Amino acid sequence: MLQRPDILPPPEVERASVTPVNKRETRSLYKARVKIYPKRVHGFFRSLKWQIMAVTLAIYYLTPWIRWDRGAGAPDQAVLIDMPARRFYFFFIEIWPQEFYYIAGLLIMAGIGLFLLTSTVGRAWCGYACPQTVWVDLFLVIERWIEGDRAARIKLDSAPWTFDKLRKRVSKHTLWVLTGVATGGAWIFYFADAPTLAARLAHFDAPPIAWITIAVLTATTYMFGGLMREQVCTYMCPWPRIQAAMLDEDSLVVTYNDWRGEPRARHQKVQQETGQAGGDCVDCNQCVVVCPMGIDIRDGQQLECITCALCIDACNGVMDKVGKPRGLISYATLKDYNASTRKAPVHTSLRSFIRPRTIIYVTLWSLVGLGMLFALLTRDRLDVNVLHDRNPLAVRLADGTIRNGYTIKILNMKPVPRDFTVRTEGIDGALMTTAGSAAAGAPRLLVAVPRDVVHVLKVYVSASPRALAETETPLRFVVEERGGGESAIYDAMFARP
Amino acid sequence: MSEPQHDEISGVETTGHEWDGIKELNNPLPRWWIWTFYATIVWALGYTVLYPAWPLLNGATKGILGYSSRANLAQSVDLAHRAQDQYTQQIRTQSLDRIHDDPALFEFAVAGGRSAYVVNCVQCHGSGAAGAKGYPNLNDDDWLWGGTLEDIRQTLRHGVRYEADPQTRNSQMPAFGRDGILDKTQISDTAEYVLSLSGLKHDAGAAGRGAKVFAEQCTVCHGATGGGDRAQGAPSLRDAIWLYGGDRATIVETITSARRGVMPAWGGKLDDATIKQLTVYIHSLGGGESSKPAPAATGAETPAATP
Repeated sequence: MLQRPDILPPPEVERASVTPVNKRETRSLYKARVKIYPKRVHGFFRSLKWQIMAVTLAIYYLTPWIRWDRGAGAPDQAVLIDMPARRFYFFFIEIWPQEFYYIAGLLIMAGIGLFLLTSTVGRAWCGYACPQTVWVDLFLVIERWIEGDRAARIKLDSAPWTFDKLRKRVSKHTLWVLTGVATGGAWIFYFADAPTLAARLAHFDAPPIAWITIAVLTATTYMFGGLMREQVCTYMCPWPRIQAAMLDEDSLVVTYNDWRGEPRARHQKVQQETGQAGGDCVDCNQCVVVCPMGIDIRDGQQLECITCALCIDACNGVMDKVGKPRGLISYATLKDYNASTRKAPVHTSLRSFIRPRTIIYVTLWSLVGLGMLFALLTRDRLDVNVLHDRNPLAVRLADGTIRNGYTIKILNMKPVPRDFTVRTEGIDGALMTTAGSAAAGAPRLLVAVPRDVVHVLKVYVSASPRALAETETPLRFVVEERGGGESAIYDAMFARP
Repeated sequence: MSEPQHDEISGVETTGHEWDGIKELNNPLPRWWIWTFYATIVWALGYTVLYPAWPLLNGATKGILGYSSRANLAQSVDLAHRAQDQYTQQIRTQSLDRIHDDPALFEFAVAGGRSAYVVNCVQCHGSGAAGAKGYPNLNDDDWLWGGTLEDIRQTLRHGVRYEADPQTRNSQMPAFGRDGILDKTQISDTAEYVLSLSGLKHDAGAAGRGAKVFAEQCTVCHGATGGGDRAQGAPSLRDAIWLYGGDRATIVETITSARRGVMPAWGGKLDDATIKQLTVYIHSLGGGESSKPAPAATGAETPAATP
């Protein structure tokens, strides 16, 4: 097209001559990565993303430092995954390893929640909340701060090595590595008492696993956030495939409204003057240069698009400048887009949120959530396991009674010490003694169990042969909290020689 | 060798081999691969200098780093022993009663005793200490020579009827039949009486005759009522436990030929700490007796305290 200086569009519209690096037609599978230089953008979605980034990073970095008093002897960290002691603490909830199904339930809820989110607002997880997106944003902030915006960075990359370039590169990578260290450093605080571990790190006497974890996470953060960036989403992550399959004609996706924008033209005034039909798109390519994924949204919905909506912000800015209505690129459902194309009235997209599919998701999500809440509120904090001695199964005593040995494990999952009585049912006159005790047999044992432990008790049960069946007799152990409270049973067998 | 052939498309020399029209290109190995390969050879040579490697007539080269997996093992064993030291030291110095009453020492002694047991004792007493014919069950509460900690240690140290040890526990039941002390009828009558002592099925008339023989011949060791005597290792004939069997034929055999169970003395073979741990372990199996005065029997409704 001829350049006619007298009819250039208003000068405030910045233009870029750029080819999207991830355009389907130009991208070969065997091609090396072409670097993307996302340009800074201002607007509603960018602000939203800054806010979400602040909240998610704050949650990540601050959570381990929240204190929660659980009484003496118990950790006072609100969220703690205590691997050596095999406990998971989450504020008022304490989870033992055998209660791991709560975590499974949370994962199911997260899965259904993602389905719900995707079926309504599309790949919002990718665009706003995914750690990869958040950390790439963080790394880009650092890069922009040191090397400048897109144009400056392109220039710096092609510039010869000077002291200034070296200084910028060294500072950038140093800050990136430090960000990685901070990321990995925060991670380990979830697995140990944060202040203690921080002090040990400061004195360089933290356990090796802490240093190794920090090193590994520093390396991955630096590589994923600084070097690999959009490749993680495009090539490594399974979510784009799954999430893309979750989309339907009622899901919001970032859409270029080509019914309004095409035919795009740089020189709209010329077209208007010559009577040609012109679209709203001024072909300034601002949507391309701000895209962190290196695509052109005007090519339509693509796998690479994480729906970060930065192109919407960029385009809205341009539309404001050229005096056209906003929303040439917008969040729209396929239904709305098709209706608009046919010039049919568009219903507000929010109505698409309520439909059978989302209702089913919400119902499932709530059911799992309520079920877990119910289970959590009514869960047992006492459990008992009994192991019958196998060798020997039974012993005949001098007075002719038969004795069986059992290892009783009483799980006191409450953070307070409790007293329990242990008794048996099923065999008349059965008496119990504990190993190593000189006391005579008794029908009940009183057991004091410390807080939050598995208490192991070796017990001998003796019974007269007259009270026993020919081979094996069912024997039930009943463990009851003293003074009312929880009780648990275990059905075991009593053997005779 | 024939003329080198070249692939038409790439111009690369082929190996000359052909399979169904497919030819193999004779590309050179990549340079980086070659150099890595050479580097591994150099590395391997260095390795053989640093570590034991070259086989010689008597053993192999030692390597200048002095590495030895045997030494490594010895070191780990030494480390483990040192970690146990604080306990073994106490086991050595503390009395059996103190070890038994201290929960940590008790746990350590039971575990240590168990590992000594499975090496030294299972051959006769079985892996579950349930014994066999002639080898006492260590789980029950019937003790031939006494079941307190001190009694068990004495038995372990000096054995039973183990002639090499002058302090061994010793006694010998006469072979009443073989040595002609009693005739067959008397033996049979005595067996009936022994059966009657523990309430087993017996012939009352024969048992009545046997009672007289028993009073003359057996009470010295087994007691007037057949309750046995631990000082002589004479078993109680009134309880439910029979070391060799409680049927009529076995009892007749026992009276006729006597029994002579032997247990070796472990005092010279195992150190004092190990014997102490074994003692506590055997005592913990369920039949251990207290050396303190027996506590009053607990009433049916009284809960028993745990240790």
